[in-house]
Amino acid sequence: MTSTDIGFFLAILQAAVNAGTPILYAAVGEVIVERAGVLNLGLDGMMMVGALSGFVMSRATGNPWAGFLAAAIVTAGFSLVHAFVAVILRANQIVSGLALVMLGNGLASFFGTDLAGEVAPHFERFPVPGLSKIPGLGSVLFHHNGAVYLSFVVVAVTGFFLYRTRPGLALQVVGDSPETADAAGIPVLRIRILAVLVGGAMAGLGGAYLSLADTPSWMDRMTAGRGWIAVALVIFSGWDPVRAALGSYLFGGLVALQFRIQALGYSVSVFLLQMVPYLATLGALALTGLRSSIRLSMGAPEALGRPFDREERR
Amino acid sequence: MRLVQRESSSTIRSIAVVLSAVLIAFALGSALFLSLDKNPLEAYLAMARGGFGSGYGLSETLVKTVPLGLCALGIALAGKMGLWNIGAEGQLTMGAIAASWVVLFWKVPDAALLPLAAIAAATAGALWSTIASTLRAWLSTSEILSTLMLNYVAELFLQYLVYGPWKGPDRFPFTVYFPRTAWLSTLGTTRLHSGIVVVVILAVVLHVLLKRTRLGFEIHLTGDSSSASDYAGVPSKRNILLVLAMAGALAGLAGLFEVTGLQHRLQPSVSPGFGYTAIIVAWLARRHMLGCLLVAFLFGGLAVAADELQIVLHIPAGVVLVFQALLFVCVLGAEVFENYEIRWRNA
Amino acid sequence: MTHSNTLTLELKSIRKAFGGVPALCGASFALRAGEIHALLGENGAGKSTLMNVATGIYQPDSGDIAVAGRPVRLTTPRAAKKLGIGMVHQHFHLSRRHTVLDNILLGLPGVSFLPDRRALAGRIRNLADRYGLPVDPEAKVWQLSVGEQQRVEIVKTLIHEARVLILDEPTAVLSPLEAKELFAVLARLKADGCSIIFISHKLDEIKEISDRVTIMRCGETVATVETGSSSTRDLALHMVGREVFLMPTHRERTGDTQRPLLSLSKVTVSNDRGVPALRGVSFDLLSSEILGVAGLSGNGQTELTEILYGLRRPESGTLTLEGAAAPVTMSPREAISRKISFIPADRRMTGTAPGLSIRENLMLKSYREAPYSSRGFLRPDVMAREADRMIGAHDIRCAGQHQLTGTLSGGNLQKVILARELSSDPIIVLAVYPCRGLDVGSIETVRQLLSNARDKGAGVLLVSEDLDEIFALSDRVAVLCGGSMAGPIPVGEIDRVAVGLMMAGVKGRAEGADATRSA
Repeated sequence: MTSTDIGFFLAILQAAVNAGTPILYAAVGEVIVERAGVLNLGLDGMMMVGALSGFVMSRATGNPWAGFLAAAIVTAGFSLVHAFVAVILRANQIVSGLALVMLGNGLASFFGTDLAGEVAPHFERFPVPGLSKIPGLGSVLFHHNGAVYLSFVVVAVTGFFLYRTRPGLALQVVGDSPETADAAGIPVLRIRILAVLVGGAMAGLGGAYLSLADTPSWMDRMTAGRGWIAVALVIFSGWDPVRAALGSYLFGGLVALQFRIQALGYSVSVFLLQMVPYLATLGALALTGLRSSIRLSMGAPEALGRPFDREERR
Repeated sequence: MRLVQRESSSTIRSIAVVLSAVLIAFALGSALFLSLDKNPLEAYLAMARGGFGSGYGLSETLVKTVPLGLCALGIALAGKMGLWNIGAEGQLTMGAIAASWVVLFWKVPDAALLPLAAIAAATAGALWSTIASTLRAWLSTSEILSTLMLNYVAELFLQYLVYGPWKGPDRFPFTVYFPRTAWLSTLGTTRLHSGIVVVVILAVVLHVLLKRTRLGFEIHLTGDSSSASDYAGVPSKRNILLVLAMAGALAGLAGLFEVTGLQHRLQPSVSPGFGYTAIIVAWLARRHMLGCLLVAFLFGGLAVAADELQIVLHIPAGVVLVFQALLFVCVLGAEVFENYEIRWRNA
Repeated sequence: MTHSNTLTLELKSIRKAFGGVPALCGASFALRAGEIHALLGENGAGKSTLMNVATGIYQPDSGDIAVAGRPVRLTTPRAAKKLGIGMVHQHFHLSRRHTVLDNILLGLPGVSFLPDRRALAGRIRNLADRYGLPVDPEAKVWQLSVGEQQRVEIVKTLIHEARVLILDEPTAVLSPLEAKELFAVLARLKADGCSIIFISHKLDEIKEISDRVTIMRCGETVATVETGSSSTRDLALHMVGREVFLMPTHRERTGDTQRPLLSLSKVTVSNDRGVPALRGVSFDLLSSEILGVAGLSGNGQTELTEILYGLRRPESGTLTLEGAAAPVTMSPREAISRKISFIPADRRMTGTAPGLSIRENLMLKSYREAPYSSRGFLRPDVMAREADRMIGAHDIRCAGQHQLTGTLSGGNLQKVILARELSSDPIIVLAVYPCRGLDVGSIETVRQLLSNARDKGAGVLLVSEDLDEIFALSDRVAVLCGGSMAGPIPVGEIDRVAVGLMMAGVKGRAEGADATRSA
């Protein structure tokens, strides 16, 4: 392998991290939500809401970080709808999620009509002093913008929270056996609502990354289904935040690869290349089905999607 | 304050619940119009006028009822069995592609062109959904996610074709126009084509199927309790494939009608999201076949109204999308109150 | 056995209804300090509901609760726990995916944000030693046996410093040996000053362990007596309200020689969790017999009947039907066509479809055949007539054949299932816990119907946890324990003690059957 090959390979990895970050935010957020037992399929619509609100706020304040924060807050507010309908009213969670996708896309499209093609202050890359000098890994991981570095922290914090803290354990049991959690005095509904809000905020961050770093600009339907890929990632990462992050980067790699394939001298239609991530997701879903015999370590939280009612006659 | 299970159900309450949801949706929609400094009442009247007020408006509504209705029928049928067909959009696209393929490239007598195109469209839609249904039947893969991924693949395939091998002589991503013999005849000066007859007939046929046949019984049973249906010896794998294939075929036919009845060529966007809107239609109609027709008609009117709003009142068309989604959310929330009531805690 | 007369816990005139259906109609209960107080009643009498009120899970519609003389409001389970009330439920409150330690950690008050798992493991081991309840904090709950899981539940309540311990039907899932161990633990707890409420419907246990008994019937407390001065018969009378006889059914022998209708040979299968459920089970089911399969639930009964009906494939071994040279691959379709009827344990979601009407449920297996359908179309008029006939013949109380079965009571639901399964003159009947949760009248009906089927020549496999039922109905008895089957043995050659021992895995009289205990 020549040094240009290695360089090419590293460039792809670096691009993979960049492309995977929006999905990472959404997926890790969804891991939290589903671990608490709530299915939130509305990610794609939420990312759109985040993308737009982040974009708007960044334009208004001239600071992409303000946009990033606004995206989290606004999208969390938007996810309140799902929290209310799915957790409190106990309606069908699948349908509620679908409705949110449509509502999110519709609202973003509606309020963003005049903004198509506009620009806003976006995140700039900067190398992390010291760490970026590490051969190989340094350029892949530490030559990015601040939002990427934040995502590393988010993944670590989420993993630590879930597996090492008491509230994290409580959240896990809420998703696996809400009756047990309830009997232990844990406020099941409150935790689920909080989880949905946090997941919503993260989805918002993922969307804002698209309009403030990845593209960066505003376009209608700019998620291109990436919210759905995040949903699928949660499943085949086995509901683990670190594996979800790695899966996001894998997907990002596919996206990065598709742009560079032509540089390698293969002439394939752009459209056919763009199919690869979706087909890959489909394949991964099928694979998960095949190895679902390892159910308890990789399996879904046992109460996922089931609304909780203490008084239900069991 | 708690939600407590009700002791009985009543049809009057069901209707009241849906009506109140609609009212809430209208109220929220009004807020949307007000945010644009438009009078909500004016807007709603314009919508009604646009969709149903004139002969032409009505015909346009019926034109939109065809694809919405066909997709919704399939989604509702699958929904009755507990399956979610989110892939109607992609199946519609594949149906349109298959129909175009026959019309543009097959050397067959003129009289056979449209029937063959119809068969091709239905088959393509059915095959497309079968990819997802196979994964569901054998690997328990969520059909929500698989049909959705296939939507994106189908859309990209369409782009590939119209920008690539099937592109017409000029610079734009369209195929050539279909030969006249492959154009559906229309009613008078309107764009209304025979698709409207087909969708009505199919709605009735499916309604009878569900109520009166063995398959209909099995669908109903599986949708109610999968363990009871296994216990009764219902061939669940076969039925999953069959029902999703039917749903795919219906959506494929929707593609046929768009392409031979309206657009008369293949273009980059065959459907403005009919496959997704149809999900809302099927849900609001409670998965009832004839109900799907009615709700599809109303939503068709909404879609036509979007144009009226844009032209007359300068309101962006996206507002209708939002309104549809609001309706969806409101009915969803309101449905809960059919089976549960609020109990206030006593002091 | 000294105990003071102070009331540790008192429930007064508690009323509670669910969706309009009353579960408690003014029940009262008083627990003295340091006593073991049994709560006796039939299924559905309201014992669990009353205790769920005492632990803050359900809110009473009316009535008062007092702890150590002070009136309290138990609005949440946490409130009850703070007052020292702990309960071990029939259905354990454990998260299967997590470890014993994490499960106990969950509800522990005063644990910091970053819990010290090692210290807690030490505390758990200490408690376990003190009361004789061996548990491994690092084990995952799904790997534990039911008896071990119950121990975890007890440790959980003790670690919360419960002074009132409520046990809901604790021996339902234990072998006689494990029950003895539990009683030893309870004695130690009592010596330590705990007050214990012991819910049960088993008279001999209550006689053995309790100081006083409160009997409940139909949501009311009927009487509170000193155990020492009451006989088993007195207690039974209070419980049921009338004299009850459990006589064995008469066996009308037809005189035909019995032939094997179905043969299982060395069948092995794992359950959904990958744990072996059946290990090399072999037996024959004969015509004109009721073969009673005794054993605590969770020992392979579900898997056995699923294999016989075709809902599960054995991993090894064969199933052969009468007259066939080769083993058959069973499926529900196949079973239905061979006139094998199945009365499953889950009446509400498997035996019937709750959103379908009575008529549809009665036709659940016959809708495919003539005269109920022809050429793919159903014949609703023929179905309606047959449904009417069945409803009349089996005295199903309902508002008409269009009523959804989801709204029927347990007894009527079972009647629907029996009407459907037995009307077709089956050759083999698989009945799993058919009388569970039914009132006495319905139980007699079910038993009569099963006997009738046997008298007509069918082979009936009866799976039951109730030894009275097994001995009353069966011609031969087998016992499933840890996936191995002991027997079948003719009922005249075995008694309840032997069966009890076989249920615990002690080597029994069965020739050629391996009854060793599984891990």
